[in-house]
Amino acid sequence: MAETALARLSGVVVRYPGRSPIGPIDLAVGPTEIVALVGASGAGKSTALRLLAGLEAPTTGAVHRPARGKATGFVFQNPTLMPWADARTNVALPLELSGVPAPEARTRADEVLAAVGLGDRTTARPRQLSGGMAMRVSLARALSIQPGLLLLDEPFAALDSITRRGLIEDLHRLWADRPLAMVFVTHDVEEAAYLAHRVVVLSAADGRPVADLPLPGPLPRPGDWRREPTFRDAVEAVAQALAAAMPEAA
Amino acid sequence: MKRLTDALPALLLTALLLGAWEAACRLLDVPVYFLPPPSAVALALVENAPVLAGSAAQTFWMAFQALMVAIVIGGGLAVAVSLSRPAEQAVAPLAVALQVTPVVAIAPLVLIWAGLDHADRAVIALAAAVAFFPIFSGVLTGLKSADPDLERLFDLHGATRLQRLARLRLPSALPFALEGIRVAAGLSVVGAVVAEFVSGSGATQGLAWRLLEAGNRLRTAELLAALVCLAVLGLVLNAVTTALQRRALALRT
Repeated sequence: MAETALARLSGVVVRYPGRSPIGPIDLAVGPTEIVALVGASGAGKSTALRLLAGLEAPTTGAVHRPARGKATGFVFQNPTLMPWADARTNVALPLELSGVPAPEARTRADEVLAAVGLGDRTTARPRQLSGGMAMRVSLARALSIQPGLLLLDEPFAALDSITRRGLIEDLHRLWADRPLAMVFVTHDVEEAAYLAHRVVVLSAADGRPVADLPLPGPLPRPGDWRREPTFRDAVEAVAQALAAAMPEAA
Repeated sequence: MKRLTDALPALLLTALLLGAWEAACRLLDVPVYFLPPPSAVALALVENAPVLAGSAAQTFWMAFQALMVAIVIGGGLAVAVSLSRPAEQAVAPLAVALQVTPVVAIAPLVLIWAGLDHADRAVIALAAAVAFFPIFSGVLTGLKSADPDLERLFDLHGATRLQRLARLRLPSALPFALEGIRVAAGLSVVGAVVAEFVSGSGATQGLAWRLLEAGNRLRTAELLAALVCLAVLGLVLNAVTTALQRRALALRT
């Protein structure tokens, strides 16, 4: 994995004023790998994502980001759409910012919206969309640039569980159509085990990866996967690793 | 219909106050130069309607021009300053200094600069100086109010300053700018009246001049009539800018 990694954090430490430092973090992501990051709140999961996105610089250590031409998409905790713009304009934004002419960007935005099941809502404003739909638009926006690396920061945490499951199936389907690397931050153990090829557990104390668990089974998951003993075992293993990563007092 | 019921309490209170005023004047035999009854004020309003309307129009026109000047300078400066942190740090204290200096105090100076023959220019400049701050600070606050995650998204995709300004910060600033304009519209009338007062002696023919003139002649009913005009002017401006604000925000979201 190390040789073929698309993105990598090597011995990365981040210091924020007045807080204990995060790291050192070592983390490699393969070109078509889905990695779930789990850990307590404040364990540095979002920091790891922002480092991988190049939105934040490490105090020490090296960040290896995808080469030019392999764009990075980012999905935030909230849909984070521009309320004054319709779905199409929101999705076309990253394309236009990277220099794609507006008419072409809009056509491609419509295609991506159709791919996430919102082909009929291209002119809807964010306030006219449900929480799940808004998140789909947000996902479409991240995918519009055909990223090589997709970073998702607890994207479905605010949604109900049915909507959340639907979105995860969509992610798997999109991944199967066009495999890409994904790093998915979550604090939901079952979601992590269902979604990813690999779950990395971060220490609650300093954000260091303390467990790296490969998950069995094919992606996308078969229909009854959540009832399979292999899946239940994997969930249990992740839960135990997460419990071990928590501070003693908790 | 709904609006009428909303306005009912205010109308009732106004009627009640006017009634009490009228009754007090009659029962207590208050001299008219001291406090004329509302009926006398109403009469003065009707008798002086053409003059008052002309003066109100002039005050409104000067306040309006001042507001436009304040929007262009205040908004433009806020946008320019938002592009550079040092520029903001340099300009902000000066803007506050302008805000806390009473307009009356700088009026004589501005009048000298404008020239006594051009008192109207001085009035516009002074009213604009008063209206400047709410627009400047509103737009500046608004430009910095964009969703931090959206700012990160613009970072991620390598947006230029201009792209960030046009596609993220200006739309985010719109509600703040409109609120600033609403406040500034009221202040521009205040500024215009104060400036007219200071320039004095009929150099301008706005409502302030009517107030001064009626006051000097102890024509208290005419003075109050001019005040009523001024209040109506302020209320109309407030209603117009509030409607503008609602309309623009409805289009935006």
